[in-house]
Amino acid sequence: MTRFIVMRLLTIVPIMFGVSFFVFILAHLAPGDVTTTLTGPYATEETREQIRESLGLNEPLPVQYGKWLSHILQGEFGKSIANRRMVAELIFPKFANSAILALTSAAMAYVIGLFAGIFAASRPYGYFDRFTIAGTLMFGSIPPYWFGLLLVLLFSLTWRWLPATGMTKIVGGGGPIDVILHLILPTIAAGAAPAAIIARTVRATMLEILSQNYIKVARAKGIRRGVILRKHALRNALPPIATICGLQLGYLLGGVLFVEVIFAWPGIGYQLWQAIQARDIPTIQGASLIIAVAFVLVNLAVDVFNAYTDPKIRISEGVRSR
Amino acid sequence: MSDAVLKVDDLRTHFRLRAGTLKAVDGLSFELQAGRVLCIVGESGSGKSVTAQSIMRLIMPPGRIVQGGITFRDQDLLALTEREMEDLRGNRIGMIFQDPMTSLNPVFTIGEQIVETIVAHTSLSGEDARARAVELMRLVGIPEPEGRLSDYPHQFSGGMRQRVLIAIAIACEPDILIADEPTTALDVTIQAQILRLLSDVQKKLGSAMILITHDLGVVSAMADEVLVMYSGRMVEYGDVKTIFRNPRHPYTQGLLDSIIKLDDSRESELRSISGLPPIPIDPPPGCAFRDRCVKAFDLCGEQDPPWVETGTGSTAVCHAVAAEEAAP
Amino acid sequence: MTDAPSLHGESLRQRSAAELRRENLHIMWRTLTLAWHAYAKDKAAVGALIFLVIVVLIAILAPWISPHDPTEAVGTRGGLPGTDGLVLGGDMDGRDMLSRLFWGGRVSLLIGVVPTVAATAIAVVLGLFAGYVGGWVDQVVMRVLDVFFAFPLVLLAIVIAGILDPGVATLILSITVALVPYISRLVRTTTVSVKQEPYIEAARAGGATTPTILARYVLPNMLAPVIVYSTTLIGLMMVVGSGLSFLGLGIQPPDADWGTMVSDGRAVLKKAPHATAFPGFVIVIVSLAFSFVGDGLRDALDPRARVR
Ligand SMILES: Nc1ncnc2c1ncn2[C@@H]1O[C@H](COP(=O)(O)OP(=O)(O)OP(=O)(O)O)[C@@H](O)[C@H]1O
Ligand code: SF4
Ligand SMILES: [Mg+2]
Repeated sequence: MTRFIVMRLLTIVPIMFGVSFFVFILAHLAPGDVTTTLTGPYATEETREQIRESLGLNEPLPVQYGKWLSHILQGEFGKSIANRRMVAELIFPKFANSAILALTSAAMAYVIGLFAGIFAASRPYGYFDRFTIAGTLMFGSIPPYWFGLLLVLLFSLTWRWLPATGMTKIVGGGGPIDVILHLILPTIAAGAAPAAIIARTVRATMLEILSQNYIKVARAKGIRRGVILRKHALRNALPPIATICGLQLGYLLGGVLFVEVIFAWPGIGYQLWQAIQARDIPTIQGASLIIAVAFVLVNLAVDVFNAYTDPKIRISEGVRSR
Repeated sequence: MSDAVLKVDDLRTHFRLRAGTLKAVDGLSFELQAGRVLCIVGESGSGKSVTAQSIMRLIMPPGRIVQGGITFRDQDLLALTEREMEDLRGNRIGMIFQDPMTSLNPVFTIGEQIVETIVAHTSLSGEDARARAVELMRLVGIPEPEGRLSDYPHQFSGGMRQRVLIAIAIACEPDILIADEPTTALDVTIQAQILRLLSDVQKKLGSAMILITHDLGVVSAMADEVLVMYSGRMVEYGDVKTIFRNPRHPYTQGLLDSIIKLDDSRESELRSISGLPPIPIDPPPGCAFRDRCVKAFDLCGEQDPPWVETGTGSTAVCHAVAAEEAAP
Repeated sequence: MTDAPSLHGESLRQRSAAELRRENLHIMWRTLTLAWHAYAKDKAAVGALIFLVIVVLIAILAPWISPHDPTEAVGTRGGLPGTDGLVLGGDMDGRDMLSRLFWGGRVSLLIGVVPTVAATAIAVVLGLFAGYVGGWVDQVVMRVLDVFFAFPLVLLAIVIAGILDPGVATLILSITVALVPYISRLVRTTTVSVKQEPYIEAARAGGATTPTILARYVLPNMLAPVIVYSTTLIGLMMVVGSGLSFLGLGIQPPDADWGTMVSDGRAVLKKAPHATAFPGFVIVIVSLAFSFVGDGLRDALDPRARVR
């Protein structure tokens, strides 16, 4: 088990190198002079020269990458072009805001997805199953930006029940009630698609497992239907369910950019979008890097969880070897 | 016969598929006496497993028991609620499946899986149930049972897993044991051991047993009665000695001929008659065996063959046998 | 005596090769007809296919069948459906919604289809290569793909498109790049599993060269799952592509696709909700139609599913 975790941890090292290189090279992919990209169009020639100097732009690419990486590792993402603040200062709080929205959306998606998926699979092709299939199809292909706007149209503009935008400061704003009210619509908009995807996956996985021989054996043993579903089937369905739940949480942590844009939620996705509009490359780099790191870590956690729940891996280096 | 533990009467189990209605079992009747062994034989796809699972009411959609009666002691199994059926399964009727490699839940220990059955059907719990599990494991020949209680299925070989599954099936000393090709997936060397074990526990418990097999050698060694199936239908049914000595149905005759010729029980699989059985999707009227039958005549393609109680003591479903019986 | 068997063997092999080819063609034809019959049984899939054909035709014929110039104001700003003689009303600038939807379909369909097709082509080559060659080549390719898997797909596309200059070409490029890893992984997995089949070993023992094996055995076995997967992706990529347009990374005003139309509608969301509702609705149903077609294809191409 420990061995598995160590091995799995080691695999993320090359991935993180690759990710950082990709993010580094983004600045060079951008059309135009790198100094323009990094300092903005209004920088003086002096500043440009400074940048060239400090980044060692006259040096070979690998050297530049090494320097850049060592800065990143010290938490220095550079300076934002758009508002002259340090990128790290800018993005970490934004990431925390995204995490709040991600967690509420994920909670909603998990509850709806799991219940719908399990119930649907327990009576395949019954009414609830058909309803679930239709729902997952619908919400699985509904564009989040459009769905978000519909919610705003109905709940904010027409009925005036809930605020759409205006969440600028999470901490020290209008207090917890205000935060919750501002969270409702974005949560629904962001959680709908993951809920559909999770429901679909849970249903398919449960159906697959319910068709296994050991389920037939459990039924032949006279185990109650509900127990078979909750204990025998669900326990085996856990790894794929954990995987899809982790994946969805990963997406959500990346900031459901569209939802953040529509609701002006001050998260990392919204920040990324603003940075893109301002062609603020250091911020784009910082934001994508932090999102990728979060994504990789969530997937790592899922893998460890799955390894832990799999007896074949858990006791692979067990005391007994028969 | 009043001491029949199980009566199956005109059982029909169909699957509704896109391609049509697959009549996996279509008109099957037999009786099982206490303490006796009934072997069901037939080629792959002839409906043996579906029969066994119908008795246990394990058939799932798109399959359904569309007609027939299944009477266990004095209970009509088809009239029971699912709850009542659950109380019976694994308790009064135990079942062993074909593939031990996939029949145990990979994420639970062997002990948990045996104990679960005991707890479900008896008042035993905790330590007592575990002690009973150890006793059962010893009974089915698993060495050092105490130590293996907390092992997972993947730490067991195929033969050992089948022993565990037998232990589960007999945990509540059932009245009927249904074994669906319990040795097909195992090494040849292990097959005999498992069959001997089954035979031993069946005698010890005094249960009746339905043993499904491909192997006529096994039939002759273990069966009291035999039922031959073909393409979902019953072909011939009766006392094993009677049928082996004097097979009446052309299909049974073909099967037995092929063993006598080869005279090697290992080769006595049911493949020796040339051709393949039809898949009974929306089958036309007539005998399903007619394309391969040496005695087929016009009537065989027009009407379903009748049930004939033969003078020799078996029941055969065949036009030719009917004609033979009618002749003086 | 020494020559005869080899000569005989030669002619036998030649004949069997020709026969084999004919047989192969026959099998392919049979498979296709079988698949089509299976597909035709699925009413939702057939309906979706017909719907898509109509949508594509409308998009192609947009210049001739649009009632108005899509970029010219012909009615009141945000006119509701029916006003000014516009069936679906006007947008925020009073341009005809219907004509804009017709024209917008051109770009929206393009950004669904082109990246998926391009990514599939690239992925087939990449995945086949990695999977068949195996060893360190496979390792390197897979590790590089892993880097891309570290980003959520939509985000990767947004970042790439955001760095480059906005436009349809950028959109197509960025979605293609984001998509290649996913399809490659499928191609590689299938290739590796096909490679281990005994008949591949037999073919190699029979002297078949690598290209022959790839073209004759591996590719056909891999194509069905890949086509199914890609078809399902088209709808999704349309949603993603329209999303990028929504963010302003795609086609630039005054031209529009369905995504930019949703975005434009925001300005008049309360006064003229139809300007947002219609294009979004079209995205949903066209994307749904693609997934129905994908599901139909899966059932038709998977022999296990065919019986049921
Ligand atoms: N769940 C199912 N769905 C559809 N058809 C089924 C199902 N189960 C069984 N069948 C069909 O019913 C027929 C009888 O199957 P069954 O498993 O009873 O055969 P069998 O005699 O046990 O064969 P074998 O010796 O291979 O185990 C077959 O044609 C099979 O395809
Ligand atoms: S009914 Fe006819 S075809 Fe069928 S077994 Fe008897 S003789 Fe043969
Ligand atoms: Mg069977």
